[in-house]
Amino acid sequence: MAVTPDWHLRESYLYDRTTIAEIQRAAREGIYDIRGFGAKRRLPHFDDLLFLGASVSRYPLEGYRERCGTDVTIGTRFASEPLELKIPITIAGMSFGALSAPAKEALGRGATEVGTSTTTGDGGMTPEERQSSKTLVYQLLPSRYGMNPDDLRKADAIEVVVGQGAKPGGGGMLLGHKISDRVAAMRDLPEGIDQRSACRHPDWTGPDDLEIKIHELREITDWEKPIFVKIGATRTYYDVQLAVKAGADAIVLDGMQGGTAATQDVFIEHVGIPTLPAIPLAVQALTEMGLHREVQLIVSGGIRTGADVAKALALGADAVSIGTAALIAMGDNSPEYEDQYREIGSSAGFYDDWQAGRDPAGISTQEDELAARFDPVVGGRRIANYLRVLTLEAQTLARACGKSHVHNLEPEDLVALTVEAAAMARVPLAGTDWIPGLNGRY
Amino acid sequence: MAVAADVEVVDLATTALRDLNQRLHDLDPDAPDPRSWRIVNPNGAHAVACGLDALVDVEIVGHVGYYCAGMNKRATVRVRGNAGTGVAENIMSGSVVVDGNASQSAGATGRGGLVVVHGDAGARCGISMKGVDIVIRGSIGHMSAFMAQRGTLVVCGDAGEALGDSIYEAHLYVRGEVAGLGADCVEKELRDEHMAELRALLERAAIADVAPAEFRRYGSARQLYNFKVDNAY
Repeated sequence: MAVTPDWHLRESYLYDRTTIAEIQRAAREGIYDIRGFGAKRRLPHFDDLLFLGASVSRYPLEGYRERCGTDVTIGTRFASEPLELKIPITIAGMSFGALSAPAKEALGRGATEVGTSTTTGDGGMTPEERQSSKTLVYQLLPSRYGMNPDDLRKADAIEVVVGQGAKPGGGGMLLGHKISDRVAAMRDLPEGIDQRSACRHPDWTGPDDLEIKIHELREITDWEKPIFVKIGATRTYYDVQLAVKAGADAIVLDGMQGGTAATQDVFIEHVGIPTLPAIPLAVQALTEMGLHREVQLIVSGGIRTGADVAKALALGADAVSIGTAALIAMGDNSPEYEDQYREIGSSAGFYDDWQAGRDPAGISTQEDELAARFDPVVGGRRIANYLRVLTLEAQTLARACGKSHVHNLEPEDLVALTVEAAAMARVPLAGTDWIPGLNGRY
Repeated sequence: MAVAADVEVVDLATTALRDLNQRLHDLDPDAPDPRSWRIVNPNGAHAVACGLDALVDVEIVGHVGYYCAGMNKRATVRVRGNAGTGVAENIMSGSVVVDGNASQSAGATGRGGLVVVHGDAGARCGISMKGVDIVIRGSIGHMSAFMAQRGTLVVCGDAGEALGDSIYEAHLYVRGEVAGLGADCVEKELRDEHMAELRALLERAAIADVAPAEFRRYGSARQLYNFKVDNAY
């Protein structure tokens, strides 16, 4: 019998090939690894939850025919012009700089086609994305690159970014090869430098200051725009309560699986909590304040499928946001470019050097030649298709649970496959009524 | 008085801040009517006259709280008192003058225009400045001009610890003592073109009793512009 020659070799769990390669890279280069994408380690996630479809005790809705609403209104608390979205799936903030201008345009086109919003990023608002996005959320970040009151007034909502799931407590990065003439001009920076964005806001330092800052933004925009506060998931219960107290209309909660254009690997993999436990913490914080559903909760970090969407909503989110999945939908990591991924030392399905600007798919780049490969019309269509699939899948699951609106999904519709997921999501372990840690139970 | 009739006086003791700001926002940007405004009894209110975009003159008589004249465009705002955190934050153009002292983050992230403080300014003055010119008659606090990208900061008094930490291309001039320079900020030669820049700025700020030659110049050593091993500590 033929035996694979290396079957007698045993790889160390502790020192697997990835770990060995990183130790040797660190010894060779003397600087931490900076990369894009999000956490690659296995984490408790939505995959560890299942829906309990309707049966005798619950009545399902017909798959195609019966109405299952997907619309969501965000910013009902204080803004005179809340966002009206047709689907509860938005596009997360990604900067022009991290992404090419055509890629930003495609996100706007796709989101607009299906009636949802897109978001600027750490680098200001480009005319292309304003034009292509019917509903555009403008981020106010610590760096304030490109911050401009005219753009603030042009925006449909404002997102005060305190943190990001991939790097709560850390600022942004954009390495020199992506600081093109246009990016440099928008950010008031020299060309070609490795640019680090601040991790703290320059003009407020705590929750009491944040309240005054939000008040200023409302005054500047005449109380029209919804104001979101985006946080990376860490001390989520407290952060949500403080952000709500500061006057947020909506909370954007980014779990540690949330992607990034460029961050230290050690940061991506070791800081923050997963999306799964973060949602119940946020919902608890909002519920205790009597503001769940009044202050909307937008969840991001690892949303890939309509099942993820439905599970996030069932746990209490009002909407979700996608970043990494949107890039993949546009063609990032496509096998179509396998040869070119190989040329730059990667492979389709593994590519995470979004910081390097050499993206064969022309998405995370500022090189004109690479960016020209990406057609914003085709990219926009892919985004729209993908968003439609996510919505249809979420509706399918909601109907199976007997819900006439995706927001009617609830934790009671879910069970967990693992003890960890049961404890984090606060739903029972499948086949039991056991929610570890709840009601004083172990 | 004839002059008083041309000035719109708003009393914040009896008028809501929202109403004041809305009226200022509703002005014709190029031909505001009235053109001159006087705001009395601000009593430390936050966000007074923020988000202006018109060729108006606004005089605020008294002390203001946070973010006075935030994101100012084109307007001329004068505070006859002290200003709280973030006065003229992200100013785009126009000018903001504080007769008294300013708290922290004065002129933060400003992208154009002129900010003048005739007293002292607190910590983080000119933090992340992106093209604004800031002139401080007195002294400034610690971490001022942190990550300062563009523009000019002139300090006639002293500067606190960590001046210009991680500075990019902003120009810093300090007449008095500097308690300490931040990472990658170094003293540089004060050449004729810098004296000319200083002279022009002092003139714009209406500060006539100090001479450009009395200042020292500071700027970026440009050693942190690219990630490398020696920057990792």
